[in-house]
Parts: sequence; structure tokens; C-alpha cells
Amino acid sequence: MYASCVIMGLFNVYAAVYDPEDQTKLFDLANNAGRQLMFIGTGVLLIISILVIDHKFWEAFAPIIYGACIFLLLLVLVIGSNVNGSRSWIKLGAFSLQPAEFAKIGTALMLAKYAVQPNINLTKFKDQLWAAGLILLPMVLILASKETGCALVFAAFMVMLYREGIQGIYPAILLIAIVLFILSLFFSAVYVSIGLVALGILVFKFVIPRYERTRKTATNMSIIFGLMIVFVTSVDLIVKYVLQPHQRKRVEVLVNPKADPMGIGWNVTQSKIAIGSGRLWGKGFLDGTQTKFNFVPAQDTDFIFCTIGEEHGFVGSAAVVLILLGLMCRIVFLAERQRNRFARAYGYCVAGILFFHFMVNIGMTIGMMVVIGIPLPFFSYGGSSMWAFTILLFIFLKLDAQRPFTLSRA
Amino acid sequence: MSEKKQFYVYGLFVLVAILYISRLLYLQVLDNTYETSSNSIKAIADVPMRGQIYDRNGKLIVYNTLVYDIYVTPNKAKVSDTLSFCNLLNISRYEFDSLMKTARRYSPVKPSLFVRGLSKEDFARVQDAMVDYPGFEYQKSSIRTYSAPTLAHALGYVSEISQKQLDAQEEPYYRQGDLVGQSGLERFYEEQLRGRRGVRYVMQDVHGVNKGPWKDGELDTTALAGQNLYTSIDLDLQQYSDSLMAHKAGAVVAIEPSSGEILAITSAPSYDPALFATREFSKNYAQLALNPYRPLLNRAVMGNYRPGSTFKTVQALVAMQEGAIGPGSIFGHAGAPVKCHGHGGISGVHSAIQWSCNPYFYHVFRRMLYANAEKNAFKASAIGLEKWHSYVEKFGFGQRLGVDLPSEALGKLPDVAFYDKIYGKKGWKFSTVASLGIGEGELLITPLKLANLAATIANRGWYKIPHLVKGIGKNDNPLPQYKEVHETGVNRAYFVPIVNGMEMAVVRGTVSRGANIPDIVMCGKTGTSQNKKGKDHSIFIAFAPKDNPKIAIAVFVENAGFGGFAAAPVASLIIEKFVKGKVDRQAYENEWKNKNFLQNVIIPKSQLPKKPDAPAEKKEPAKPKPEAVIVQTEVKVGSKQSARITDNE
Repeated sequence: MYASCVIMGLFNVYAAVYDPEDQTKLFDLANNAGRQLMFIGTGVLLIISILVIDHKFWEAFAPIIYGACIFLLLLVLVIGSNVNGSRSWIKLGAFSLQPAEFAKIGTALMLAKYAVQPNINLTKFKDQLWAAGLILLPMVLILASKETGCALVFAAFMVMLYREGIQGIYPAILLIAIVLFILSLFFSAVYVSIGLVALGILVFKFVIPRYERTRKTATNMSIIFGLMIVFVTSVDLIVKYVLQPHQRKRVEVLVNPKADPMGIGWNVTQSKIAIGSGRLWGKGFLDGTQTKFNFVPAQDTDFIFCTIGEEHGFVGSAAVVLILLGLMCRIVFLAERQRNRFARAYGYCVAGILFFHFMVNIGMTIGMMVVIGIPLPFFSYGGSSMWAFTILLFIFLKLDAQRPFTLSRA
Repeated sequence: MSEKKQFYVYGLFVLVAILYISRLLYLQVLDNTYETSSNSIKAIADVPMRGQIYDRNGKLIVYNTLVYDIYVTPNKAKVSDTLSFCNLLNISRYEFDSLMKTARRYSPVKPSLFVRGLSKEDFARVQDAMVDYPGFEYQKSSIRTYSAPTLAHALGYVSEISQKQLDAQEEPYYRQGDLVGQSGLERFYEEQLRGRRGVRYVMQDVHGVNKGPWKDGELDTTALAGQNLYTSIDLDLQQYSDSLMAHKAGAVVAIEPSSGEILAITSAPSYDPALFATREFSKNYAQLALNPYRPLLNRAVMGNYRPGSTFKTVQALVAMQEGAIGPGSIFGHAGAPVKCHGHGGISGVHSAIQWSCNPYFYHVFRRMLYANAEKNAFKASAIGLEKWHSYVEKFGFGQRLGVDLPSEALGKLPDVAFYDKIYGKKGWKFSTVASLGIGEGELLITPLKLANLAATIANRGWYKIPHLVKGIGKNDNPLPQYKEVHETGVNRAYFVPIVNGMEMAVVRGTVSRGANIPDIVMCGKTGTSQNKKGKDHSIFIAFAPKDNPKIAIAVFVENAGFGGFAAAPVASLIIEKFVKGKVDRQAYENEWKNKNFLQNVIIPKSQLPKKPDAPAEKKEPAKPKPEAVIVQTEVKVGSKQSARITDNE
């Protein structure tokens, strides 16, 4: 099991090296290639050190790591250097570090530790509040450094919390909110509201068993649907007044790529052109022209999927989707087999984070998601994210590797 | 419970993955919108120079001149001082606005053609000022240039491809704005002249900066330069012929009999081909199209005329071949419903040709149609006409000869089915169609076909398809069909009396005295094509010298009277010029150069100017006469026919 996981991990790391390398070669930015390679190298060192460190370390030191992360996030607000309008980088000589990426690890560890404490019951409201606090603290700090995309990733912990006890209603609300949000972007609020009312009546008449069709249920349902309608009608207002201008544009572009064609719409359109021009088999390794000549901005980082799409075609990009899917499912599968609840909870955190990145990143390159600047795990160029994902994954693998022993001890 | 939750998580993962894969499938495999809008690879067309056109002596007739096209990118264009900009390009404010509008409609961000064909001199002036006007750029291009203002009809012209032509092309070669040959040689040899456009695929980065060839130029095609055309035209002779046809409407076609090469081809009135190569193309075109004398019509290959007496040569040949008459047959004037002119005694076919005796050929045609065993006059006529038709067809009548010019007219050679349709089966006999015998009636020919007849007689029985281009790319490389010999099927021996008759016609016959060329034996036959209204068209076919003919010619002068009068002198002068290289008869030459028959030309109603203030030189006809000068529609057949045969020389 462990071996296959390492191979799979290695394969992804390998793929990650591969693509940034071709990018950098083409772009004549020898810097990026070398650095990415170096990140991989140091990543391997990290892997080794993670595998050497006793598995109990992670559980035991989770609060300290979490604390260190929070400290770094605070620090970044003070001494962080300004990159693209967000103060989220700490410069250490030639290298810069993005604490937000590592905050995911710290939070994952902390949350897993918290969730599995015997006296904690995540179905209780008070404990839920604590858990939410653990997530929200780094989130707020990251938001303060204007890395909205990174902050949103913390929503991924919902997956783990769901598995570890909280009621299905929370993720359900989250999902419904997202669905309604998108629906009301595409259709006018009036239509969505009418649809909701109709849906409500239909559910009441046909889905709910006859004996439950009481006045009380009807009231409850009308409250629920009423809230949904309020939410739907407020979407416009949220988009207009709550979001910042650049965020609003990203939302608009999702609905209509032609809006803002030279700004963020450009990214999405060019990204789609690049991916679309790959056809079934792609243009061939290193032969991508859309990506090669900078039509797609940020293609070595957030829009790396374009390169895959253009050069390897449908076959290549579908393979990447499947590999990542396989990795995520594998993690969930392994997590389920853990005897140690901490390892299981942590596994779900890893899977959730990977999933969130996967969903948002690929989704935005193919025009199905709002453009949020987060990298594609193991593929995108960038030291911090590379390291963070490596650490994230291999801590779990280390925990998994200890399974036979924990089993004997338990 | 927890087991179930695990599967919810899996489900969510798989759902999103499936969603994404299907979206990828759509983007990358099913939908090609995004592929085609690829903007990193740009195809740059490499338009080769159009081939040049030479005359038979290696003189340039058509070549290319470098010009500059000005392009505009509307969104980048900044014209601070519109007035001075307009003055610079020599356009009006109104034109400027409409050009800008058109360009903007095409694309606000892509360059589109603004002003075409600035000459080198104009451009030199514009170039310095261009820096003040961002958004305007230039591209080198070329226009057709003509070494002499002649041959407009045969050469044709080149102009921007029309939307209709764009839609109609079988292979998608042309693009908006491409130049294409629209008539004449330019159109007939379009594919050879244009060469092949090359295309280079270059990669451009987001700023439009070139990043080198795509796939190392694997998909590029090199431009293939247009091939030169070596025509058989003798430019001097052509211009001489043009000068003789000044002040006249009509056509001249001169052919080298041994090769079928066209030496000169004039359609009068003509125009300067350079008019169509300028920026004022549409203005000039409209002006010419409205001209009442229809200068745009290439009368040499598109004009349908009746051959008149020139056709008697064919009648005699065919009848002799069929055995209906012999070279020595003699027919009197008696019994023929056609008049004749005073002439000496007829001693056979040769003298009948010499004097163009109408009654003689009435009898010849009668013999021809009845030269079979059938007793019934109606049936016999049909059999006879069918035979006659199959003979005459071999001379190239009633069909397109296949000259290398587009829109050659079919002409008309009536056959049995044609008369059956009009009169009903067995509803007609010789007397109904007798006018064919002297080249009138339903016969229609073009000057080119008659010139070919002259060449056929000069060759004593065969011809090669007349053609203008004797070399594509290199000299002596015509299209294969122009090397083939077409036999008429008439015995060489029967040509002897015809040729002799034609020789005598010039020396002492129907041809006016002055047309006789000292030192050259010219054989000719006059023809008079009747018109319902207006004077007859004057027709003359000839070849010279009698032995080893160098040139065969057909001359048409519209509304100039009988054939010996107007067409023969023109033909004789052209022949002298070609055979001797110079013309000794200066006075005669000047006389015919200045003769004006244009005033006799009857303007077809459709071409009459709406207001009476049109061309100044034109003598207004007293009242609009409906008869077309050049018979475009089929001549009405019927009762008036016999009347028409009356006044043939």
C-alpha cells in the first residue's frame, strides 16, 4: 500500500517537474526551471525528513505547528513584501515564502487533533464553534493579507469535519448556497425564486410522506425556501457591494466571458483557446503555441492546466484529471483504513484541500469556475505550494506507514 | 453512518471529475470554436507577382508596377488633421469617412485596406507624413501596367474579386481583396498568371511580435511566381490595325494560317486597358459601360454577324466535295430570285467567287440540298441540309472554336432540327432556307470564325484553333489543343478554284481597286452583312501571299457599306504592313485611317443615353432605332426572309 502511494506521489511529483520544466525551457526563463527542480529536490529532502520523524510527532506537535503558522501569518502582515497587491510573502534572501500555503498544513494537523479528542463531539454546537474558530483564525489572517483564493481553500476542511461528525446539514447548506449563487448569476433572481417556490410546493406535495404534511412542516419549509429566496435576491447585492471590483469582474466573466475581454476575461478566453486548440491528442510536447507565446497569463502557475490541455490534448488533460481523482480517492480510501482517528481525520483534510484546489483550478481554466488564484497541486510552479503539498501528502503517508504498528498497539 | 459519508465524499469527487472531463471533451474534441480562434499562429500570405505578357517579338505588353496599398487599423488610427490627411492621399472628406466606416465594420482591431495602389511618386510624398498618423501602415503591391494603350479586349483586366466570385469558387483559393483576372487572357490564363500564393505560418506572441516559423515551416508553402505568357500578337501590327479601325465600329482578326496564332485582334471602338488598372476602376468602368458604342464588347469574339458573301467560299467547297457541282459548273441568272451586279461571264466556280454571283450560289445551294435520291422536295431538303450542316460544321461554324479568350460567342449554324422547330417537320424546303446559300438568313458568325475560315482556305483545307498564347512560362509552349490540326474534310483540289477566284476578286472583281497591294498576291472575298435598318456591315476575308500564306485576316466594319468598299482596304493595308513590314501607300493609309463610319452606327435602344447631352462627337440619330448593331439575339425568321436576299453583291 505504502509503496503504491509513494509511486503515485512520485509520479505526480515527476509530472510536476516535467511540465514546469518545459514551460521554462520554452520561455527561456532558465530560472524557473532550475528553481522548480530545486524545489523538487528539497521536496525530496523534506519527504525523507518527514519519513524519519516519528509519526507521533505530528500529532503531538500539531498545536505548536499551528501556532507557528499563525505567527508567520501575523508576521507576514508586518514584514511581508508586496507581490501583486497582496502582502503574503516573506522574503528570505533570494527566496520568498508564502506562509498561507503552510498554514493549511498547520490547520489540518490542528483540526485533526482537535476533532479526534475523546471529549470533543462535533455534533455539539459548542465544539463546532471551536472547530470553526480554528479554521477561521488563519482564514481571517490570510484574508487580511489579501489572498482571498488561499483563504477560500479553508472551506475544504468541511469535508473532514463532515466525515468526523458534524451533521450533513452544514455541507448541504454550503453546497446549496453555491448552487443557488451560480444559478442566480445566470438567471434573474425572479425566475430562480419562482423555481424555488415551485420546487418547495412539489417537495411538500409529493416527496414528504403524507403523515408529515403538517402545518409545522409547511411552516418550516416555507422558512427554508424563504431564506433561499432571500439569498438569491441578495446575490446581486453581494456581487455589487460586498465583492471588490476585481472579484466582481471574475464573477461576471464566468457568466459572460466577453465581459472584460482584455482583463480577467482575457485569461479565461485565452485559456479556453489554448485548451481547445489541443484537440484530441494535443500539439505535442513543447509544441503548444498559445501557451508558448504568453497568450495565457500565469500559465506556469495557476493556469498550468492550459499547457497540459494544449500540448497533450484531451487524452492528456483527461489523464491528469483522472490521476488527481485517483490520488484523492486513494487518500480517502487509505484514510478510511486508518485505525488511528487522528490519521483518518488528517487524511480527510488532505483529500479535501487537494479536492478544493483541483476543482477550482481546473474549473477556472475551462471556464466553469470563478477565477481564483490557487495553484494546481504538484503541477503549478511555485516553491511554497510545492513544499506545502509535499509535506501535506507525506505526513499522511508517514501516518499511513505506521498503520501496521498502531494496529498492533491498539 | 460514517461508511455512508465516505461514499458521499467519493461521489462528490467523481462527480466533479466527470463534469470536468465531459467539459474537456466538449472543448477539445467536439467544439472547434476555440481551436479556430487560435491567435498565436498567424498565416501570412505571400502573394507572388502576376506573370507578364509578351508579344511574338518579345516586346512587353503587360507588366507589373510596384505600388503601395495603405492599410488602416481603425482602433489605432489617430488623424488629428483630417483635411490635410485627405489632401495627402488625394481623397475627399466623404471618401475618408466611408472608408473608415467600412474598415471599422470589417474589424476595429485588424488592418484593412484603406487606399489601394499609390504610385511610387505619390507614396514618397505620403511616406514621410505617415509617421504623424498612427494606425496607418502600408504594404507593397503591384498593378498591371501596359506598354501601349491597345489590346484591351484581348488582354482583359484584373480587379478585386467580387463576393459572388468568392462564393462560387470551387476550391477556396481566393480571399477577400484578392485580385483576379476578370476577362480576356487575364481570366483565361488566370491560374497560370497568378502563380500560387504561398503561406507562411508564423508564431506570434501576445504582443504580435514574431517568434519564428511554426513547426519549423513544415506546413508553409512557398509562393510560386506567376508564369509569363508569350502571345502570338505582333504589337506593331496590332497598333496599326487599331489605328485603321479608328472612327469605326467593328473588328479585325489576323491569323498566321500555318499555326493558328492570332497576330492581331482588334475590336473597335476600344479603350485604354490602363483605365482599369487604376484606383478609378469603377468610375472608368461605369463610364465605358454607358458609352453608346459599347466599347466594352469584344466584337472580335463576341459579336454575332451574318457572314454575307464571304460564306460563298464555304458553299462552293462543300458542294464540290459533295459532288453537287463541279469546279466547272455554270449556272445562269435565270430562275433565281436574287439580284446580281453587272459582271463578266461566269466560267466556273472561280469566276463565281470572283464576281460573287448571287444567282450562281443560289443554284449551288439548291443543288447541294437536292443532291440525293429523295424525290420529295421537303424530305430531300432535310437530308441535304443535314449533310450540308455536317460539312460546314467542320469549318468551325455554329460552335465555339476554342480560342483562349473567355466568352466566345457560339454563332449559329442552323440545322434540320432548328427549321423543324420553326416550320414543322416537312414544313420547309430549299426555297425556305435559300438565303443561307449566300451567307444570310439564320447564319451567325463571329469575326474570329471568319478569320479562321480565311486561314482554312489559305491552308487549303485545315486549320489550327486560333489562339493568342503560344507560350506559357516559356516560348513555344501553347496549350496542347492548339497544336492539333483540324481537317475540314474537303479535298485540297477543290480549294484551287476558290483561291483563284479570291485572287481574281482582288485583281479584277468585287474588291475596290485601291485594295490591290503592289508586289503581293492577296486573295480575298468580300461580304456584305445586311441590316434591316442602317447601312450594311462591310466584311472582308483575305490571306496573302497566295502561295505559302503568311497571314489570313477577317475585317468587319459596321454600317460602312458593301464589303469591297470599307473592309477590304483595311485588310489590305494590314496585310501589306505584316508581309512587307512597312506600308508604301501612304495616301491610301491616311485616307482609311481617317474614314469615319461611326456616325452610321445605329445605337441600340438599351445603350441610348437617358439625356441627349451625352457624347459630344456622336451624331445623334434622328430617332432612336431599335435594331441592334450587333445581333445579340437570334434573328427573327419568317416571311421577310426572301426580301433580305435581294441586295447581295
